[in-house]
Amino acid sequence: MLNILWGIFIIISFVASLITGNTAELSTGIIDGASESVSLIITIGAMICLWSGIMEIAQKSGFTNLLAYCLSPVISRLFPEYKNDKSITGAISMNITANLLGLGNAATPFGLEAIKLMHKHDKISDTASKSMATFVVLNTASIQLLPTTVAALRRAAGSADPMDILPFVWISSACALFVGLTSIKLLYSDRKG
Amino acid sequence: MQFIGGFIVPLFFAVITIFGFVKKVPLLDTFVVGVKKGIKTTIGIVPSIIALVIAINMLKSSGFLDILSELSSPVCNLVSIPKEILPLCLIRPVSGSGANAIFNDLITQYGPDSIIGKTASVIVGSTETTFYAVAIYYGAIGIKRSGATIPCALMADITSMIISCILIKFGI
Repeated sequence: MLNILWGIFIIISFVASLITGNTAELSTGIIDGASESVSLIITIGAMICLWSGIMEIAQKSGFTNLLAYCLSPVISRLFPEYKNDKSITGAISMNITANLLGLGNAATPFGLEAIKLMHKHDKISDTASKSMATFVVLNTASIQLLPTTVAALRRAAGSADPMDILPFVWISSACALFVGLTSIKLLYSDRKG
Repeated sequence: MQFIGGFIVPLFFAVITIFGFVKKVPLLDTFVVGVKKGIKTTIGIVPSIIALVIAINMLKSSGFLDILSELSSPVCNLVSIPKEILPLCLIRPVSGSGANAIFNDLITQYGPDSIIGKTASVIVGSTETTFYAVAIYYGAIGIKRSGATIPCALMADITSMIISCILIKFGI
């Protein structure tokens, strides 16, 4: 899917630039994209190193086990096959906690740790399992209690109450999560049957 | 609220460090071990990021999103997404920085507390950069067949966009 999508992105960009006449922009877009990706890697890399360090302390000190224990009703429901593996449930719960707190740049490193461990556990080489799909959707549905970035931008634009959107954000995220998880459930059970 | 938002990172860091301190974990050594793992993880996702950012930049600069936005506006009217919000919805799953830029333009132009400003805020707050997340998570472990992940994640994004528009429009 990703292979095909990537190809489609490139081809439609080329065709669209012919239609809109943005060929010169596309040309600079390609070059800028390559250099932008490197500066993005430096930012993300720094975040990953920082939070991986914190993660290591959290694991060694038993903090992740405590989190995993608190979140175990959710985790054992969503990821039943990992419920006895403490390192996986620990990483998943760190990821969920970071998401809830709106720590987007911490959620990714924790999530990467979690999915690496899942992959090791599953021993399937190149196909996404149901749990992996569930985990990715859990992350893309953006379950955050405090949308800090949005609030900061709203404040800067002169909002009277930057956080007054909170209940709407929660309802909307909850619906998205529900639809995402339900569609995974349906699609994956279809395949088996 | 704003205060709490700015305080969470140091709080999280401090709580974990205190936990480690109490449990007599060698703090610096452990942190360094984690950073080493982090460097490995970063190197693992470099190729996916380069490939993705180039493709996304091509999509943005080619004007494709404008064409798509033009074409899909009748459908969006049906599901009550205002046409001003449409470019934001289209860019949100592929580019976080692009979405933030458009979001910022929207709230500056229409005001953060207008219907459009609020709808845009809820959409940005309740969705994520889906393609980016899928590409890095699966890129890190070499998953080639992503199966139903992208369609399901996009379903979730679309749901949250429609719900956001409806919630704000009817002021529930």
